[in-house]
Amino acid sequence: MNFCSPETWSNFAGEFIALWTDDTTAYALFKGEFLAVELVNGAYPALSPAHPGAGWFERLAQDLNGHQAQGAHHTATAINHFRAPDGTAPWPEFSTPHTDGIHQIAVGPIHAGIIEPGHFRFSVIGEQILKLEARLGYSHKGTLALMRGKSPRLAARFAARVSGDATVAHSLAFAHAAESALHMQVPERAQSLRAVMAELERIANHTSDIGAIAGDAGFAFLDARFAWHRESVCAAAQAAFGHRLMMDMVIPGGIAADITPTGPAAIFRALDALEMELPSLRRVFEDYASLQDRLVGTGHISTNLAEKYAAGGFVGRASGRQTDARQDPGYAPYNAYELAIPVETEGDVAARIRIRLAEILESTRLIRLFLEPLPTTPVAITPPQTTGIGLGVAESFRGPAWHWLKIDSGLITTVFIADPSTLHWPLLEHAALTGIVADFPLINKSINASYSGVDL
Amino acid sequence: MVWKTLARHLATRPAAPRHADPTTIGALSQRLKEASTQKLGRSLAIRHVAAGSCNGCELELRATQNMIHDLSRYGLSFTPSPRHADVLLITGVAARNMIDAVRQAREAMPEPAFTVAAGDCAVDGGVFKGSPAITGGADSILPIDLLIPGCPPSPAAIIEALLALVEAQDPPPLIVREI
Repeated sequence: MNFCSPETWSNFAGEFIALWTDDTTAYALFKGEFLAVELVNGAYPALSPAHPGAGWFERLAQDLNGHQAQGAHHTATAINHFRAPDGTAPWPEFSTPHTDGIHQIAVGPIHAGIIEPGHFRFSVIGEQILKLEARLGYSHKGTLALMRGKSPRLAARFAARVSGDATVAHSLAFAHAAESALHMQVPERAQSLRAVMAELERIANHTSDIGAIAGDAGFAFLDARFAWHRESVCAAAQAAFGHRLMMDMVIPGGIAADITPTGPAAIFRALDALEMELPSLRRVFEDYASLQDRLVGTGHISTNLAEKYAAGGFVGRASGRQTDARQDPGYAPYNAYELAIPVETEGDVAARIRIRLAEILESTRLIRLFLEPLPTTPVAITPPQTTGIGLGVAESFRGPAWHWLKIDSGLITTVFIADPSTLHWPLLEHAALTGIVADFPLINKSINASYSGVDL
Repeated sequence: MVWKTLARHLATRPAAPRHADPTTIGALSQRLKEASTQKLGRSLAIRHVAAGSCNGCELELRATQNMIHDLSRYGLSFTPSPRHADVLLITGVAARNMIDAVRQAREAMPEPAFTVAAGDCAVDGGVFKGSPAITGGADSILPIDLLIPGCPPSPAAIIEALLALVEAQDPPPLIVREI
């Protein structure tokens, strides 16, 4: 971490990842650089004019800590929407482009499907979307405040619930941060099993999302088959680790319990079935013109735009960004293996599906490597009651999840969590403009940003 | 292409079939039959609302619809509109930002209706208990008829609990509007 002058802070030209504040300091994480600047009267120079991805972080710091970003263009509330004691507040105005024939469509916070809450405001002319504004913050639970004053082992339960679909990845990033702050060396067996869980989680989410996109385009049998595979991966996780989502399994210092004796066989069975059927499912995506018609060119995110927001995960990789936290900065056990990172440049829904299909096969390959043979060390060590600062990252299925911790005598004093969704939500607002209203469910699912992960 | 696909399917072993536990299915179907004179017919339409979840419960709710668990075989289904719903199923804590929306969803439902809290967070706030950003579990917004614990509850546990509602003998309570 480098304390710098406000000028250096404002003019830094790196790839922006996250911004947050504590009592005295504002922090900005860039690729390969970690800057800090002192707060002056609770304010710091805004980064959002130069780095648009910083917008949500600045609004969050305003709502959580009351710290102002000086020079920020967008200052609407992030999570602090309702201020009156009875829970009510005036409904905000959503600006609309000044053109004849425009009307607005309001969606949410309760959506039609089984998903999290959030409000979307579309400004449309006919069917064409001219503007989309996402209003988030509905599922704000006060996660960061609850983590303060607790030991890393206790706070890990909150890290595991930042975003349930990425519970392993967030637990892992949190554990990495705690282990770096407390200088812990995690046993090798725990490293391998953590990676097995992380890859199982990636497969479960990729299969489920790919199927859901196909289902939205009218291909119900693809949805059914992919959901079947997601279910068999969850059943294998239950058999191997005792929990379908592997929640609370990754803890600072290692993992909560060893894999069951029958676990590897259960996992291999699920992977075998998936590997066998995946080629024919993939061919449906490639061969059916009516499906391609819905997916190709839909929800386009240009390489320029992806660079501007430093998009990670399959969203970045489908728009030409060769980026994967497992490789860069990298962490054990991945840094001992060659990773195949698929990259495409089309940036549409179809490209994001192709990336995710390729990642499924890479994950099945990695799981087999990690499980055979498993190192024979213990699976956890106890965190010491010491003091330190740590930054941790893990590549969730969406992209890199970053956790930052300050620990004093074994208790957390400050914590921040950046889910990759924070940088993907504004990209969704851009991607929606390339389509009509009926395309939005496909575009939204193809990016699948987390609500809970940004609401915190 | 058809011939190639056929040939490949002849040459490869089919994936081992997986089914939900047959004894559970048998027992659940039996219970459904026995609860024969229901006030809601042989079905429940469910409107789900996430009131502050981590999305883990939503994953498992969606999994109840897959080929393995297939909740529609028991006459249960999810509906997008509260106007068509018999059950308001709440997941997640009562986040302050969602309280109004949850109340409005309940008011939009026809009577009689059940309210169900699924998952530890909806049951009592779960790990987030005591956070100033929430008011507690779902019962801090509306009276709850059924609690489904678990973090998250498994798809089988969700289906089993919902069937318990179908066979419940008491008529569903009419909700008092001023809460």
